[in-house]
Amino acid sequence: MNIHEYQAKQLMQKFGVATPRGDVASTPEQAESIARALGTNNLVVKAQIHAGGRGKGKFEHGFQGGVHLCKTASQARDIAAQMLGKRLITHQTGPQGRIVRKVLITEGVDIQRELYFAILLDRSISAPMIIASTEGGVEIETVAAQNPEKIIREPIHPTLGIQPYQTRKLARKLQFGSTDMRAACRLFAALYRLFIESDCSLVEINPLVQTKGGDVLALDAKFNFDENALFRHPDILAMRDPDEEDPREVEASKYHLNYIGLNGNIGCMVNGAGLAMATMDIIKYYGGEPANFLDVGGGANEEQVTEAFKILVSDPNVKAILVNIFGGIMKCDIIAQGVINAYRTLERQEQRLVPLVVRLEGTNVDKGKELLRQSGLPLEAADDLADAARKVVAAVQNQKK
Amino acid sequence: MAILIGNNTRLLVQGITGKAGSFHTRSCIEYGTNVVAGVTPARGGELFDGKIPVFDTVSEAVAATRANASMIFVPPEFAADSILEAVDSGIPLIVCITEGIPVLDMMRVKAAMRNSTSRLIGPNCPGIITPGQCKIGIMPGYIHKPGGVGVVSRSGTLTYEAVWQLTQRGIGQSTCVGIGGDPINGTSHLDVIKMFNDDPGTEAIIMIGEIGGSAEEEAAEWIKHNCQKPVAAFIAGVTAPPGRRMGHAGAIVSGGKGTAQAKIEALRDAGIEIAETPADMGDAVIRAMKRRNG
Repeated sequence: MNIHEYQAKQLMQKFGVATPRGDVASTPEQAESIARALGTNNLVVKAQIHAGGRGKGKFEHGFQGGVHLCKTASQARDIAAQMLGKRLITHQTGPQGRIVRKVLITEGVDIQRELYFAILLDRSISAPMIIASTEGGVEIETVAAQNPEKIIREPIHPTLGIQPYQTRKLARKLQFGSTDMRAACRLFAALYRLFIESDCSLVEINPLVQTKGGDVLALDAKFNFDENALFRHPDILAMRDPDEEDPREVEASKYHLNYIGLNGNIGCMVNGAGLAMATMDIIKYYGGEPANFLDVGGGANEEQVTEAFKILVSDPNVKAILVNIFGGIMKCDIIAQGVINAYRTLERQEQRLVPLVVRLEGTNVDKGKELLRQSGLPLEAADDLADAARKVVAAVQNQKK
Repeated sequence: MAILIGNNTRLLVQGITGKAGSFHTRSCIEYGTNVVAGVTPARGGELFDGKIPVFDTVSEAVAATRANASMIFVPPEFAADSILEAVDSGIPLIVCITEGIPVLDMMRVKAAMRNSTSRLIGPNCPGIITPGQCKIGIMPGYIHKPGGVGVVSRSGTLTYEAVWQLTQRGIGQSTCVGIGGDPINGTSHLDVIKMFNDDPGTEAIIMIGEIGGSAEEEAAEWIKHNCQKPVAAFIAGVTAPPGRRMGHAGAIVSGGKGTAQAKIEALRDAGIEIAETPADMGDAVIRAMKRRNG
């Protein structure tokens, strides 16, 4: 789950992580009053969408850039008016772009230097790890590839948490002087508390800046949250913005289906994440392109299977569907009944139907196969995984001819 | 012979009265597993299906029944606590099936277990089975066959796929261990491979991994220098879109490891027979055995 820049800022403020002053606006008038209240002639207006590359982006009506500097509150209002309600296209949004619904107004910062600071869960040591570098404001992957010696690593004890000496050690390695150290240490400790108490899997501050006035500020932040822990963070869950998500994924999450949209044309419905990934792999091996990753989970019911099927069919790119189920907890007859129900519903609604290849194995497999046979559905049964992949790829290729 | 579980296993089920817990407890009993006790707080004194005593706490259950393994079906909010309760009672083998446990909870559990004698399998795993003897978990029993191939996997249904391919080719399994797909788990690929290497009943090994982390690379490094038995492997996720599962900086820590391609190269370099597709897992084991014997 991703959050907006202004939400990240609010979260950091809550934990005492220093950020530039500012607030979020939904109308040009709000933008103006926020800018006026900041009382500075050094202002930044930023379009709020989840995609990166905003600064170099372009609006549908030709307005250049999703990040603008300006001097007066009325200028801030005019820029906000150019952004709000318009589509911003960046290299990450695709050609359709994203509608800007909010803008963030902050004071500009006189940057002395830019640093990198991240906290993540390092699975190899089963503990949090801090990654930092004096080389901020650029992609950390580039730094790691070109100047690996400039990457600082500090593992944190899983139950003790970050210790004050570790914040001092990090501050010194990041070349903070004796007088500036305190502000840096305070920020590191606050950020660690945010990481733990919000159940993050990644907090990345890039850049972390030292201003000419000596302040240490988080200028831009990226958060990843542990989806498994969202049940205990209703405040974070409330930050979810369905407008920013793939509508297929939003629909799937309503039914607790694990769905990731891709760009191919073969829809897949599989149980278990590993088998779902492996099914995508084998489709590709035989020359096809998966349209999605869809794990219906271990204990899906008939309704979930029906909804999963509907989501697959509703994708206009999908030219054929492969259902691959190895029943453990999941019973094959439940899958079969779900597929039949979904197919019948779509038939009644006179919706587009596509060729269907079904491969069932495991618990109640005979019952499942029998149900499919009796249903008279125009589907192709597959004997094993390779057979299924070959059949579904052929089904797509036959349509091209 | 086998590893971890067999005819001497005395199983306790934490969360035995829940929907999933009761369903799978029955399927384990049907398979022949000796289920001696169940634990559900505030349900102590009941009998599960009229024969298995239910206790309020794990320590009481262990004292009364000498249970030596636990299977956990407790909901994710409470599962970390259940694992710690089993550790506190000194149960040597804890198999946590529960999916969806917050990763920071598992981080704390793992730290707390550092000096314990208990072994945790999972969480978010299908469990363990020694075919013909004992099943602790949710896998369909009938797809297995007693024999000599040790199976270790991070994925549930993909393991069934591998096992089914082996069984259909007339090749049985010594023990199948699902270590779970979560970022932090109790037992690694390497832990299980070392056990298979020491087990006289295991003749060959198949390791089923997936993208993310570096557990498969670590196992490959050990196998290269120490493993006495033929090993085959499959890595899922060659076509997975990058960045959807792992955060940016995650790739930095593991030093460029974690992609399916990097894993497959590390495995090949260690002399491991690679299954090209998930349909090739059974045959990859056969090739690995032939290569060793030929």
